[in-house]
Amino acid sequence: MFRGGGIGGGGGPKGPVGGPMGRLGRSLYSDEDSGSGKVYDSKVIRRLPEYLVPVKFRLITGAVGMGVRSLASLAAPYLIAIGTDDFIQTGDFKGLTLIVLLYIGAALFVWAGQYVQTLNLSYAGQSILYRMRVEMFDQLQRLSMSFFDRNQVGKLMSRVQSDVQQLQQLLTTGVLNLLTNMLTLIGIACVMILMNARLALLTLTVVPALFCIILVWQKYARRAFTRTRRAIATVNAELQEGISGIRVTQSLSREKINVQQFDNVNKANLNANLDATKLTAVMMPTTEVLNAVATSLVIGFGGYQVLQGDMGVGILLGFVLYIQRFFQPIMELILDYTELQRAMTAGARIFELIDLEPEIRDVDGAIDLPVVKGEIRLGHVSFSYKQGVEVLHDIDFKINPGETVAIVGQTGAGKSSIANLIARFYDVDNGEVDIDGHDVRYVTQQSLRRQIGIVPQDPILFSGNIEDNIRFGHPQTGRDDIVWAAKAVGAHSFITHLEQGYETMVGERGGNLSAGQRQLICLARAILRDPPILILDEATSNVDSNTERLMQESLKQLSRKRTCIIIAHRLSTVTNADRIIVLDQGRIAEMGSHNELLSRRGLYYSMFSALSAPGKMSQSAS
Amino acid sequence: MKILLRLLFFAGRYWVLLLFAFTCLIGTTAFGMAVPWVIRTAIDTVMGHGESSFLFLAAILIIGASAMRGISAFGHMYLSEVVSQKTAYDVRNAIYEKLQQLSFAYHDKNQTGQLMSRATVDVEAIRMFFGRGLLHLGQLFFLFTGVATILISMNWRLALISLAFLPLIGFRAAKVALRLRPIWLHIQQMLGFIGTTLEENLTGVRVVKAFCQQGGESRKFNTQAQDLYDSQINAARQMAFNMPFMAFLISFPTALILWYGGLQVMEGNLTIGGLTQFMLYLGMMVMPVRRLGGFANMISRAVPAGQRILEILDTKSPVQEKPNAIELEGFKGRVRFKNVSFSYNSKDAVLNGVDFRVQPGEVVALVGSLGSGKSTLAHLIPRFYDVDSGSITIDGIDIRTMKLSALRRDVGIVQQDIFLFSDTIKQNIAYGDVDANIERIVEAAKAAYLHDFVKSLPDGYDTWVGERGITLSGGEKQRLAIARTLLTDPAILILDDSTSNIDPGIEHLIRQALDKLIKGRTSFIITHRLPIIKNADLILVLHEGLLVEQGKHNDLMAGDGLYKEIYESQISAVDTKESI
Repeated sequence: MFRGGGIGGGGGPKGPVGGPMGRLGRSLYSDEDSGSGKVYDSKVIRRLPEYLVPVKFRLITGAVGMGVRSLASLAAPYLIAIGTDDFIQTGDFKGLTLIVLLYIGAALFVWAGQYVQTLNLSYAGQSILYRMRVEMFDQLQRLSMSFFDRNQVGKLMSRVQSDVQQLQQLLTTGVLNLLTNMLTLIGIACVMILMNARLALLTLTVVPALFCIILVWQKYARRAFTRTRRAIATVNAELQEGISGIRVTQSLSREKINVQQFDNVNKANLNANLDATKLTAVMMPTTEVLNAVATSLVIGFGGYQVLQGDMGVGILLGFVLYIQRFFQPIMELILDYTELQRAMTAGARIFELIDLEPEIRDVDGAIDLPVVKGEIRLGHVSFSYKQGVEVLHDIDFKINPGETVAIVGQTGAGKSSIANLIARFYDVDNGEVDIDGHDVRYVTQQSLRRQIGIVPQDPILFSGNIEDNIRFGHPQTGRDDIVWAAKAVGAHSFITHLEQGYETMVGERGGNLSAGQRQLICLARAILRDPPILILDEATSNVDSNTERLMQESLKQLSRKRTCIIIAHRLSTVTNADRIIVLDQGRIAEMGSHNELLSRRGLYYSMFSALSAPGKMSQSAS
Repeated sequence: MKILLRLLFFAGRYWVLLLFAFTCLIGTTAFGMAVPWVIRTAIDTVMGHGESSFLFLAAILIIGASAMRGISAFGHMYLSEVVSQKTAYDVRNAIYEKLQQLSFAYHDKNQTGQLMSRATVDVEAIRMFFGRGLLHLGQLFFLFTGVATILISMNWRLALISLAFLPLIGFRAAKVALRLRPIWLHIQQMLGFIGTTLEENLTGVRVVKAFCQQGGESRKFNTQAQDLYDSQINAARQMAFNMPFMAFLISFPTALILWYGGLQVMEGNLTIGGLTQFMLYLGMMVMPVRRLGGFANMISRAVPAGQRILEILDTKSPVQEKPNAIELEGFKGRVRFKNVSFSYNSKDAVLNGVDFRVQPGEVVALVGSLGSGKSTLAHLIPRFYDVDSGSITIDGIDIRTMKLSALRRDVGIVQQDIFLFSDTIKQNIAYGDVDANIERIVEAAKAAYLHDFVKSLPDGYDTWVGERGITLSGGEKQRLAIARTLLTDPAILILDDSTSNIDPGIEHLIRQALDKLIKGRTSFIITHRLPIIKNADLILVLHEGLLVEQGKHNDLMAGDGLYKEIYESQISAVDTKESI
């Protein structure tokens, strides 16, 4: 009956919570413990029919099973009562045998009823959960990039995982127990009243008292259990950081302080749990005493009635047995109460995600972009991630098919935003982005992105082998094409040197491959479809100089027959471009070839000389 | 079994509490068993003598016994939870402390996620075992003994009939629980897979979108969700049949007692009150017996969990401090590698017979291709790993004879992957020296050319960074790491600067910060920055673990070795910029 803190997620409420700075737009608002705490949330309840109707057959069958079970289980004490009064006391052994057979029959019905109930309601619950999981995942595939800027991966994960899990408790065991318990309670009350109305009413006077106690109790309990969830989340966050930051910790000899710090949060967790336990445990003597009061009322007044001859002793026995069964469901109701609250909050969070409208959708009648030559035009584009904070102002340029254009500028100048707009990860605020004369907003996203190869800054690999990662979602592509792509980017030689070659498994974070090797695989992936447009979005900024050189060499080949956009902050990588666009605070500051820009002695020149300016040490030493 | 014993040892230090908990448990059982006895006496008195005076007393007795039972139930619940929570607390602390001590070699091999799951899921499994597991077992034991004794003394035949079923039911419950276990495990595993798919999909959302793989990803997820659904249904089917079946089995002895007991009453061998008492006792046994299944499940979870935890706790760090380690006060910074060989797996040597000397204050540049052993060499100096053969001395003293904390206090390292803690900028800078006051922190930030940036943030030094704070650019991170190291003022410095994740506008800032950092310290630098390499006092050229060349830039260029080759093919690319 203990409900200590479960395993919290990684994210504890330790620091200020929020997305990356500057992109805190509309995001999913409800946080784990800031939920309404309501047991009944009409927003959630209103959405349920949509999910319940498809499984109505299961639900109805399950409900029938539940009814049978509850009725049959009610019969048992009554049969004992009858057996005692009418047969044992009269010495009617045949009658007693009949009662015993009836008793076993009732037990069989309980078994069958419960079987039908559990099976069907589990089917229904699991179907709903399955559907919700898939709907959430599909929704995440539909949502635009801007959504992912605002919502951290960890939090989204917890929605699809913990929240669904939480709801599972409600849908499978929770509702099941709740309804059965309610039904049983009402049933017991009815039978007792039928058996002996006066004694029943007297006995049931403890019920209102119990409910009052529970009402007060759950208020404290809710708070205490919320605290335990927070505490364990903090412990886990601390633990996670202690492990991931171990290299820094050891190099600065901070182990002892960390151990002390961990002990603090660990102890806070201990105390929160002990407080919560006290609250749970205190309900034991409370229900126990109320149970006893009810029993003693039955014995006292019932016994008196038996003496008076108003009631058989079997009825008395039946009452005692009913009371024994009465308090179990009440205890369970108490414990389910907090579960119900959490499930309701979880439900609200799930629907919030499912109901979000993606910001970028294919317009009605969007056409498939035909195979392009690769002309890109940004016409007076302005753009902001967050309303009011424009990151691109009036950007206007045209890239010719087959041209290689570099976009340079400081962090925050808007380089990556341009790439994002070309692939339509975001929509422009003003102006337009055209590819071969087609506005990207009027073509299907799929036909657009299929013709653009993008290599992002972080080399992201999925679990699977290298071949799968290069193939990424093109199951029909043969080994020859994959080898071709790997050769084209200069990855073939290192791949064949691996023990398992193209079948080498790459794990969560790319396994044993270096950042450079991972990036080469990503480049191969981008090139596999031979896209007419290739965008390298800071693709070389995380790789060592060796790999960078390798990538540059292959780019020389790759850029020949396609439009190529290279976004970089390391200027050494862009000197060979046909044209360089220099961005400064969201505006085009300069445009031209490397030599033209140098001779212009403008921003590019000063950036370039800052890069090459000798440091103090080099001066003093030479 | 050995594991269980060792686990019990963890709870052992709370044996007094455990003793109290079990004393309370005995009290709970005894008072609980008193109530049916009172009821029986009451019924028999009423039936026998038609006397009502006892009824009032019976009512009082029932309430009294129940109150006592409630109080001792509070005691056993609370105390056993205290023991289990404290044990979990101890185990968590022990794991954390151990992980803090284990050297890099261990952390290289073990993923964060894996270690996390041991410290969370596995600890929870053990806690459950100590909390509910032991308690339920004790409860069942006491109750069974008590009830059996009383029932046998009352009517042994009836007792046998009612009690014979219970072991059967318990056995069956345990069997079902164990049969369900692999299904649950599979469900857990599927949840893990789904989590991985989800995480990869979310972190790679840009790639997924760029490659229009939303459909493929959905299909993949759908397959896994379907598999999960099937397993859940499988488990539900098992439960749906077995749980009510257990209830059915329990109703059997009740029916038998009613039947046979009724016969006994008719024959005058048993009173109605006695029959009632039997039935009530049987009712009391139902829950504990059914919980046996849960207990079997808990044990089968706790044992492997304990094994995994003990695996961590039993690991000996390969890097051990000697018992009589020397504590040095401040190095001069003379470093000597004497014929050092090293391998990560004691098979493939990563460094082979590396031998060189560095004088205090010298700047050493490490040059070589990827995988030549540069970073490895650097990591040996603060003793993150121990050499296989040969030795490393600082100021003439073997580093293996020094106190680890003393050694590392004087060897600062700025790593390639810069890790920031979820904390304020201030606390991140002061990470290596928590007592540092704000003046010193600002001073370090200024020296690292980070101060102006920090000042530009709305919260200044109190701005949160790391996982739940703002995102810093590569250059900002690197300067923060430099400030962090500057604050500890180490005599020897190691700088892994092989990626150049730097914004062009602030490149000069980094370089100036680096100059400050290097000044007056023995420095080992892995970098592509030409001025640093060219002006280094010593260039070490590594190739496949061998130190192939060492010397100054001009000397090495005069020769015709690897350095010249690397310089011309790689470094000159950067050099062209210098010439403009």
